[in-house]
Amino acid sequence: MQANTLSGGFADPAVGSAHAFRSVMEAMARPGTIQDIEGAAPPAPLSPAMGAVLLTLCDTETPIYLAGDMDCDAARAWLAFHTGAPFVGPAHCMFAVGKWDALAPLAVYPIGTSEYPDRSATLIVECSELAASSATLTGPGIKDQATLSLPEVEAFQANRTLFPLGLDFIFTCGERLAALPRSTEVSRSSSEAIAQVGAS
Amino acid sequence: MYVAVKGGERAIENAHAWLAEERRGNTDIAELSIAQIREQLSLAVNRVMAEGSLYDPDLAALAIKQARGDLIEAIFLIRAYRTTLPRFGASEPVDTGIMACDRRISATFKDLPGGQVLGPTFDYTHRLLDFKLAADGEVPKAPSRDAETGNVPHVTEFLNREGLIEEAPHDDTPPPDLTREPLEMPADRALRLQALTRADEGFTLGLAYSTQRGYGRNHAFVGELRIGSVPVEMDIPELGFAVEIGEVILTECETVNQFTGSKTEPPQFTRGYGLVFGQTERKAISMALVDRALRWEELGEDNVGAPAQDAEFVLYHADNIQATGFLEHIKLPHYVDFQSELELVRKLRREAGAQQVQEAAE
Amino acid sequence: MTEYNFAYLDEQTKRMIRRAILKGLAIPGYQVPFASREMPMPYGWGTGGVQVSAAVLTPKDTFKVIDQGADDTTNAVSIRTFFQRTAGVATTTATSDATVIQTRHRIPEEPLHEGQILVYQVPIPEPLRFLEPRESETRKMHSLEEYGLMHVKLYEDISRHGHIATSYAYPVKVEGRYVMDPSPIPKFDNPKLGDMAAIQLFGAGREQRIYALPPYTQVVSLDFEDHPFEASKADHPCGMCGATDSYLDELIIDDLGGRMFVCSDSDYCEARQATGHKGKDAA
Repeated sequence: MQANTLSGGFADPAVGSAHAFRSVMEAMARPGTIQDIEGAAPPAPLSPAMGAVLLTLCDTETPIYLAGDMDCDAARAWLAFHTGAPFVGPAHCMFAVGKWDALAPLAVYPIGTSEYPDRSATLIVECSELAASSATLTGPGIKDQATLSLPEVEAFQANRTLFPLGLDFIFTCGERLAALPRSTEVSRSSSEAIAQVGAS
Repeated sequence: MYVAVKGGERAIENAHAWLAEERRGNTDIAELSIAQIREQLSLAVNRVMAEGSLYDPDLAALAIKQARGDLIEAIFLIRAYRTTLPRFGASEPVDTGIMACDRRISATFKDLPGGQVLGPTFDYTHRLLDFKLAADGEVPKAPSRDAETGNVPHVTEFLNREGLIEEAPHDDTPPPDLTREPLEMPADRALRLQALTRADEGFTLGLAYSTQRGYGRNHAFVGELRIGSVPVEMDIPELGFAVEIGEVILTECETVNQFTGSKTEPPQFTRGYGLVFGQTERKAISMALVDRALRWEELGEDNVGAPAQDAEFVLYHADNIQATGFLEHIKLPHYVDFQSELELVRKLRREAGAQQVQEAAE
Repeated sequence: MTEYNFAYLDEQTKRMIRRAILKGLAIPGYQVPFASREMPMPYGWGTGGVQVSAAVLTPKDTFKVIDQGADDTTNAVSIRTFFQRTAGVATTTATSDATVIQTRHRIPEEPLHEGQILVYQVPIPEPLRFLEPRESETRKMHSLEEYGLMHVKLYEDISRHGHIATSYAYPVKVEGRYVMDPSPIPKFDNPKLGDMAAIQLFGAGREQRIYALPPYTQVVSLDFEDHPFEASKADHPCGMCGATDSYLDELIIDDLGGRMFVCSDSDYCEARQATGHKGKDAA
């Protein structure tokens, strides 16, 4: 437990977080692309990708909301030691961490203000799979269109209508991640059934 | 034939070597030591500490030496160094009421508890060049007496007891920090004071002077000006109490300003406040006047459109490192934008010329 | 240079900048405030670009720096040396080999590709600043999408001069929402901003703003139906490489005011000369 808490950070924080950030940035700049991200070994239920994202972006200035079973002693202790980030409720968080169902409802997270739309939460969603399937994405960062396994479609469509306000999403799975900024238009892929993806 | 200019790298290296040589000057003359600058150019050191936002006389002296006496350049060196330092925590607020004063004057009361202490001031020197200094700067020891001990109450406290001056209620809200967060308008008073204490002395002086001449006049009296050392304490969580980690010399100026009252407030005196690192009284007084001018809104005064009342104008232009950088950047190459302007002006002139020819023909 | 962290900035500062970059990418064209740090080079000399580069560079990157399109201008040399020393990155002058390109006032002639990042140094990020000096006002105007003032200014140009009298830092609208300053690039470069394969990041250090264009973002230069936007340049071929499609520097070559025009993008010009292209002034 103790060893688990103290270990699992980047071996070389400056270089490890530089590489990890490039993966996150590529993902956010090119919605739907799936990027590798490594270097972190957090305790369960945090995935290595989730751990790397949090190590890269979070510190004492970034309140985190841990949703559902992510809110456990192991995750709290590890994040407290490695990032020093304060833990808060969803309405005051800068980053929210959890599985899709546990993060709901989305209406409670800060979406920014019309003068400062950047003051909005980023939701980091732990997924059981990440694949180029099920939802069709268009918008900035996407050449024609992209596909990504999203847990649902409606929530992201509703989020898009808030633009330039809204939430931004990072999806983590194992040592990979993808992202969906508020600017992306989401529609259901005609050929795919999406009901089962991401559920549970 | 044309050969493109190359060798920027070597030009830069050579310029730096030349600069170092010029800084040293004639090598027949003894080199300045950091200690000499710290001890004998202490007001320059103080200014560099104040506007560099770093209390370290030796580093400030080093910066002055490296900058060949260009104080804004020295402040820049200190700022760039300061920003790389890790932050271990924040001190407790310093208590200027227990300041060991080297100087303490009030322009509002002839005498008061703690007394008037003139201290090491230029105020009543006759500004005659002292040619003796050119030959021999050694001076006899100044007379001394034992230091006063105990608290030195603030003048404004006496006024406050009578309700003659606005309250300055105790407030434990952590102040914002413009070195860690982007400056944002409207800026509260704590943020404005932070910006002013590290603001360019000349800019602050000019603004303060403008209020005296009627651009946002606020009728300031120097209620009190004090210079001296105060202890700095830091709360150590592991110990559970605050320990003294050192002393800093500060200059504090509290002005007492007329206020004729507003719709909600009866007439009473108001306050302007200046607090600056080191012996820097011109800056501290200027700061207090500008602080007071910027408070027009919270006091319900009219905005007369004076520069010193305009917080956005003052705060966005008070920092000499920002100002000097942007000002001096116009000497960098602008071939590309200038070329696009050249093309545009040529085109507009060509068309204007063609139009004139046509009009003449008609 | 072991006394400073990788790429100079401390990790907390980099995290703060990285968060701002991500929000910038999520809201294309919107200026994200960030707590710009005091850098060891003056404000106005690329501190915003340097901070953004420091936040995105990894040791595996190949870094290129241009100022006015050229790799050998003194400030470009200075910034390149800074990152060689503090980040140990490989550097190049070849546009196609670079993974991160920091630029002042130009977009390279050669189209950029996926996997590249273009970092702009920005002096005044606010496109409305010269119409309204107050940040509190311009922020409101952006929030309300109130860009009438900009159109009025451009239209006044037309009625006075017959043309829009803005030749560089020509304002653009991003994805139909935010009006954005593309930094003082000549308007010749404006058409390259949109639909670019590379990520574009803009850093304004003194003004404490970061903004971004993700790849393949719609960027439209402001204009009017009867006065469409026109990307212009000097009407000459390059004297050295003969290129007719590149932006040109004008040089005065003798006491009689003789002129010569040469590509501002030094890598583009040299690469063309190396493959046998020759202008009329070449040896």
